[in-house]
Amino acid sequence: MGTLTSETPSVAADVAAATVPAQAVPAAEVSTVDLARSSTRELNSTLHAEPEGSTRAFRVTHPVGTHSLAVGLRGPLHVTIEGHVGYYCAGMNQQATVVVEGNAGVGVAENMMSGRVHVTGDASQSAGATAHGGLLVIDGNAAARCGISMKGVDIVVGGNAGHMSAFMAQAGRLVICGDAGEALGDSIYEARIYVKGTVASLGADCIAKPMREQHLAELAELLSAAGRDDDPAEFTRYGSARTLYHFHVDNASSY
Amino acid sequence: MTDNSFDPAAAGLRESATFDRRTIAAIQHAARTGIYDIRGGGAKRPLPHFDDLLFLGASMSRYPLEGYRERCDTDVVLGDLHAKYPLRLATPVTIAGMSFGALSGRAKEAIGRGASAVGTSTTTGDGGMTDEERGHSKHLVYQYLPSRYGMNPDHLRAADAIEIVLGQGAKPGGGGMLLGQKITERVAGMRTLPAGVDQRSACRHPDWTGPDDLAIKIGELREITDWEKPIYVKIGASRPYYDVKLAVKAGADVVVVDGMQGGTAATQDVFIEHVGIPTLAAIGDAVRALQEMGMHRKVQLIVSGGVRNGADVAKCLALGADAVAIGTAALIALGDNDPALDAKYRELGSAAGYYDDWQAGKDPAGITTQDPELQLNLDPEVAGRRLANYLRVMTMEAQIIARACGKAHLHHLEPEDLVALTIEAAAMTRRPLAGTSWIPGQV
Repeated sequence: MGTLTSETPSVAADVAAATVPAQAVPAAEVSTVDLARSSTRELNSTLHAEPEGSTRAFRVTHPVGTHSLAVGLRGPLHVTIEGHVGYYCAGMNQQATVVVEGNAGVGVAENMMSGRVHVTGDASQSAGATAHGGLLVIDGNAAARCGISMKGVDIVVGGNAGHMSAFMAQAGRLVICGDAGEALGDSIYEARIYVKGTVASLGADCIAKPMREQHLAELAELLSAAGRDDDPAEFTRYGSARTLYHFHVDNASSY
Repeated sequence: MTDNSFDPAAAGLRESATFDRRTIAAIQHAARTGIYDIRGGGAKRPLPHFDDLLFLGASMSRYPLEGYRERCDTDVVLGDLHAKYPLRLATPVTIAGMSFGALSGRAKEAIGRGASAVGTSTTTGDGGMTDEERGHSKHLVYQYLPSRYGMNPDHLRAADAIEIVLGQGAKPGGGGMLLGQKITERVAGMRTLPAGVDQRSACRHPDWTGPDDLAIKIGELREITDWEKPIYVKIGASRPYYDVKLAVKAGADVVVVDGMQGGTAATQDVFIEHVGIPTLAAIGDAVRALQEMGMHRKVQLIVSGGVRNGADVAKCLALGADAVAIGTAALIALGDNDPALDAKYRELGSAAGYYDDWQAGKDPAGITTQDPELQLNLDPEVAGRRLANYLRVMTMEAQIIARACGKAHLHHLEPEDLVALTIEAAAMTRRPLAGTSWIPGQV
């Protein structure tokens, strides 16, 4: 990654009209950006240049694990990335729908505010870190610290999630359809966690809680939004015991 | 009843040097409450400092400039290596990051007014950007912090520069805990947490694990903001030589080095006094790192941590910094610890000049509080003028010294203009002890 230079792109953005509609995109023109010929800067500047409210669809080819793809989007664009992406894909997304047809590196949908990010493969650590809103769907597994410091985002993981997922999670919902690793929900605040499989261990101040009707209903909505048909009744809810909300010396080992 | 007339020394009593009264009181406090002392205000014990350096004014071998007649410019450009729109400031004295939450909205407004009046920048802090701050700050640096409280891409784009905070001088390596008494509905809302909760903040960013990731993170922030804004990286001074090198390698436009005299809104006393290195010790290593990389004056260096007057500014610049940042001094200029409020401070068990319980939210100056009544004690326009006056005085003081050293710009000050008053300062700054050619450690 050439992070030290800001030279003017030497190759013009390869934005070519295509006729094949992107997934879940209404019949509309889809533009293609080929990263074998265009740079990350060209892709992002092209996406940023879309007028406010644009619902234009883009297909991005040959991402080959490149970092910072489709970051800082501000409108209801539809971006489909054909292949694996590197760090921070769809970072700070606002309103856009970004689909990664492959695996995602560290911090996918970092600090997302709204919109939808869908990873069809696996995600590396810190997926959805500090995200405030929107929906992050990971069809495969998520590595450690999924939903770390999440601040309102909804995350649905089809497979397993790694250790310390939802660490210091403040708000939002994390759904794990597989198993959860160690220290789930450590130091959690007001976020809610639903796990279908086993939990290796709970983190400080995280406890299992009863599934009431409202929780079954919201979980059903989340699963549906993620395109899944899991039975909400098979999940367990976890959340904060709120014993760490005010410092007390008897809890010192938990801080 | 306590006999206040009793004089222990006159009675032949001798205080232990190890277990002095302050130490005894700290032990008793810990035993009574079960919690360490949390406070603001930065390090209090004597440390090697700017006062341990002296300028060599011009006499015969150097030629001074005529005060008030010959120009001594003060402008500085920050972040022109990669950013499309670097910051162009009229003075190299900037305002360090201080959060809304730690400070009142009126205090943030006052800081914006004061800084803008003299053409310099202010900086947000943990908790995000407020309208008061953006609305009154001509140049606003937006901090990207480990907690990401209030982090918003719209604010990222609304800022003039972005400062990735990896640490601060009062607590390098440490997170924080903002006590619940300052967490009003507004502060809590900005931080996505329940009101009144003790807010823990992480000591490291949640989505990267080291310098290699920092390069990628900087790349992400540049992409989001279309390479328009300078990216600062702020480190708490502990290993500045290595940290500065890594920050530059990662692509920082500006490196901020915060020494251990740097203030903090609230952290553990033991952290403030025992972690990190003095500002004076950090500058030389930071400059050396930049010079070895061929990036000195290309990647700018901002130094903070205990800067109080124009002499401190001039010394930082002479040692190789491009600008300084002030935090605690700015709060004092606004009216913190004002003698006129002494009675109010005494009601809190402190006194004017001693108040450092910034975490408690009871500041009668209306600065380090979220109490709506107490905030009214601060007039943002008046406080802003006070800060502007102070910033102008600092700048003029630095100019006076620079002219005396024969410099037509503050950035023309150089290490050659300085000698050390103490062996410690000589060793830390690699300047000779005054009256000698001796630099400790050099043959």
